[in-house]
Amino acid sequence: MPANLSARLCSLLLSLLLIAFALPAFAGPFEDAVAKFANDDFSDTEEAVGVIASSGNKLAFPIISALQDGRLMADPDSKKVYVTGTDGKSIDAATGEAVASVPDSASAVRLNNRLRRSVDAALGSLTLQSPDVGTRLQAAQSVFKSHEETALEAVDAALAKESNRSVKTALGEARAGILLFKSDATEVEKLEAVATLKARGDQEAMALLTGMGDQPASVTKAAASAISSIQSSLAVWSTVQNAWYGLSLGSVLLLAAIGLAITFGVMGVINMAHGEMVMLGAYTTFVVQEVIRTRYPGLFDYSLLIAVPLAFLVAGAIGVLIERSIIRFLYGRPLETLLATWGLSLVLQQAVRTMFGPTNREVGNPSWMSGAFELGQITITYNRLWILCFTLAVFAILLAMLRYTALGLEMRAVTQNRRMAASMGIATSRVDALTFGLGSGIAGIAGVALSQIDNVSPNLGQSYIIDSFMVVVFGGVGNLWGTLVGAFTLGIANKFLEPVAGAVLGKIAILVLIILFIQKRPRGLFALKGRAVEA
Amino acid sequence: MLTKSTRDRAASFSRRGVLAATAGLMLGLASLTGAKAADDTIKVGVLHSLSGTMAISETTLKDTILFLIDEQNKKGGVLGKKLEAVVVDPASNWPLFAEKARELITKDKVSVVFGCWTSVSRKSVLPVFKELNNILFYPVQYEGEESERNVFYTGAAPNQQAIPAVDYLMKEEKVKRWVLAGTDYVYPRTTNKILEAYLKSKGVAQEDIMINYTPFGHSDWQTIVADIKKFGSAGKKTAVVSTINGDANVPFYKELGNQGIKAKDIPVVAFSVGEEELAGIDTKPLVGHLAAWNYFQSIKTKDGSNEKFIKDWQAYTKNPKRVTNDPMEAHVIGFAMWVKAVEKVKSTDPDKVIDALPGIEAPNLTGGVSKMLPNHHITKPVFIGEIKGNGQFDVVWKTPGLVAGDAWSKELDGSKDLIGDWVGKKCGNFNTKTNKCLGSGS
Repeated sequence: MPANLSARLCSLLLSLLLIAFALPAFAGPFEDAVAKFANDDFSDTEEAVGVIASSGNKLAFPIISALQDGRLMADPDSKKVYVTGTDGKSIDAATGEAVASVPDSASAVRLNNRLRRSVDAALGSLTLQSPDVGTRLQAAQSVFKSHEETALEAVDAALAKESNRSVKTALGEARAGILLFKSDATEVEKLEAVATLKARGDQEAMALLTGMGDQPASVTKAAASAISSIQSSLAVWSTVQNAWYGLSLGSVLLLAAIGLAITFGVMGVINMAHGEMVMLGAYTTFVVQEVIRTRYPGLFDYSLLIAVPLAFLVAGAIGVLIERSIIRFLYGRPLETLLATWGLSLVLQQAVRTMFGPTNREVGNPSWMSGAFELGQITITYNRLWILCFTLAVFAILLAMLRYTALGLEMRAVTQNRRMAASMGIATSRVDALTFGLGSGIAGIAGVALSQIDNVSPNLGQSYIIDSFMVVVFGGVGNLWGTLVGAFTLGIANKFLEPVAGAVLGKIAILVLIILFIQKRPRGLFALKGRAVEA
Repeated sequence: MLTKSTRDRAASFSRRGVLAATAGLMLGLASLTGAKAADDTIKVGVLHSLSGTMAISETTLKDTILFLIDEQNKKGGVLGKKLEAVVVDPASNWPLFAEKARELITKDKVSVVFGCWTSVSRKSVLPVFKELNNILFYPVQYEGEESERNVFYTGAAPNQQAIPAVDYLMKEEKVKRWVLAGTDYVYPRTTNKILEAYLKSKGVAQEDIMINYTPFGHSDWQTIVADIKKFGSAGKKTAVVSTINGDANVPFYKELGNQGIKAKDIPVVAFSVGEEELAGIDTKPLVGHLAAWNYFQSIKTKDGSNEKFIKDWQAYTKNPKRVTNDPMEAHVIGFAMWVKAVEKVKSTDPDKVIDALPGIEAPNLTGGVSKMLPNHHITKPVFIGEIKGNGQFDVVWKTPGLVAGDAWSKELDGSKDLIGDWVGKKCGNFNTKTNKCLGSGS
């Protein structure tokens, strides 16, 4: 039967050809779906995403990932939809053919949050078998989040092939999430799912377990015990989390107060313009970043490293200027110093407002300061971690400077006994100026770090001045170690009070506690002893 | 001249001559008193903080009024007179607002004042405007529960911003669990009280509402953001309704971004974050978070009125990147309404203008026409915008028509029977149940 055989071969070839070439030419459901993107209607877009994701067409992935990144362009006039690649080349989304250029009338297909979720879910099941481990892990996690029944098949297929351990775990959890919500899953499957989620043990797992709705009694019971076990482990973690937040807040307080510990603590100048030195440091960062953005965009990640010495110089120089022109005439007259420096703070604020405008200025986070990582069940953000390290480094350098350099020795000598130091041949007025400059410069450095977590506006300094005085007075005037311990104590106390009492009451409670503490120990935690106190 | 007029007088010392002379004398007198009063200009007071904490928001509004006056003067002014701005700086100091308002009205003799931002500054100037009987246009969204004869509220009342935003989240995002986060002062507290009552009336349980207040300028959001994350992991769709005041928003959004809370998981809808506030943040991690306003810079209009306004504004400020925002639009509407009212009664007398204003219509910048209502609030469209990567908003939803501003919230027990009606009842807090005016206080 050679004729029969050749006829069958022929038909086979034909059908293969059809699959290979002819399929995109049909105006089938896929093409209809693609055309819906041009309607600029959120529900049409959602429908299109669903159809395309399950079409099995090889254009599905490029289209949906382009939609996610805002690279899917739709022309409302011709109803044509284009995918622009990251390399700048474009294809027609319906046929996959390359096009020379996308018409000007086309604009990116818009998304809202509901759509972003369905796009994520669709992309998740499409990329479960991507060659890249990171992409697979992300895909498994987004399937876990959306836990759509339709993804089960894809998850099972991926699970069979997966060799990477962490991706395998994530896929298992995604599967558990789906099964828990699948109405026709068996009780055994559901119990297994509960156990998997219990092992995952985080807030998202708990969210699935609490939100799973009606289940067989055994499953409900297992879920309840899983929830309580997750809850107790999360409670432990939340204490760790509060401690970390406290350390982080303490480091910010310390950073802001450390300059004041010199100008107020060591020199005894009630420096109300301290906050403005912090602000000047933050604005220096802004200027540095602005120059980098316009001239040397490649250096952006180093902007903070460049800003630190500059901020020290700017704030330090202004500090020396202030000391020479105003403060040196007011030594020993605390009330006048307070008023003069307060007036000065207003002058500096308004000067910055006139120069840079009253609105916030954008200071970007370099890539190494953005984002977070998970440590167990707590999230640690990189910017807070770096600020903690930075603060401790600044503190250590300052301490070493006071202890081991000639200038440090002179500073200590002058503040402890001015007349004796003068008779030893120390130029006390020069040391005064340099000490004040040092304190101001360190405040400027603090401004660089604070620009990463706070507004850069003329009011930046005001929000830190009270906290800074609180830390210095609480820690003990004139003692750097006191400032360190004081800052971390206040930070941690604040963060443990906040979840209980709320941010407003927590702050009030801290203030009351400090007032009571000062009544008991007027010289703070670490009071200076000996003759220095009387000087 | 002299010889001619002498000769004329000599020739016919007639009745006509006497008349002409008297008329001339009167004209001279009139112009003399005119010069003394206002130099032929109408004075417009601008009461916005140019220094202190609120300068961040209010400086733009001062520039807006100067811009509007400039435009109006190019068209020939009002009633044939040029407008003249009198700018004072109340320096974000609430008692100083009252002092400066008094100075504007008694010393500078302004015909109208555009000003204030915070509710506390408005409350501080109220007695001055009542006592000296002048007009204040207040351009900022506020907590409502007020209707004063001398004040015209061109910003949104809670039912023109907060309630539609919550409706949107309920319908579109299917939100079941709510975090109401705000700065600790009168606007967030009242708005949250209204929202809480509204949510409960829609069947939301008490345990699904978390209310959180923070001090002004709060910058350490770690605990609160972690709390929100925890609250959001109870298996129900969660959203945050934020009445956090301008300055504290930057660290709040930064913390949200860093802790990885994406809009698609827990969206935040804000009532005090506009284009101006976003100018200080990298918005890429915030894409998808929402804001509810009556105006967005990105809105395209059929007649091109918004596009033209933005172009003129950027040309006036000589800054091609200068953004526009909702309170600016409120001033645009308020200013246009005042000009129309003055032209209608051909006088700047406050009593006449106050009576003429209700019913006056003026185009807003989003292609509609807003109307001043008898309760001294205006009709406005409500838009929900999503933050885009470039610091602008993409409108994802809008009310089908204009929403009339309620001076008194229908959600609160204390105020649901009250209305403000300065046309028929001549009363700011008329109780429709007892048919009594509770007195002209707020």
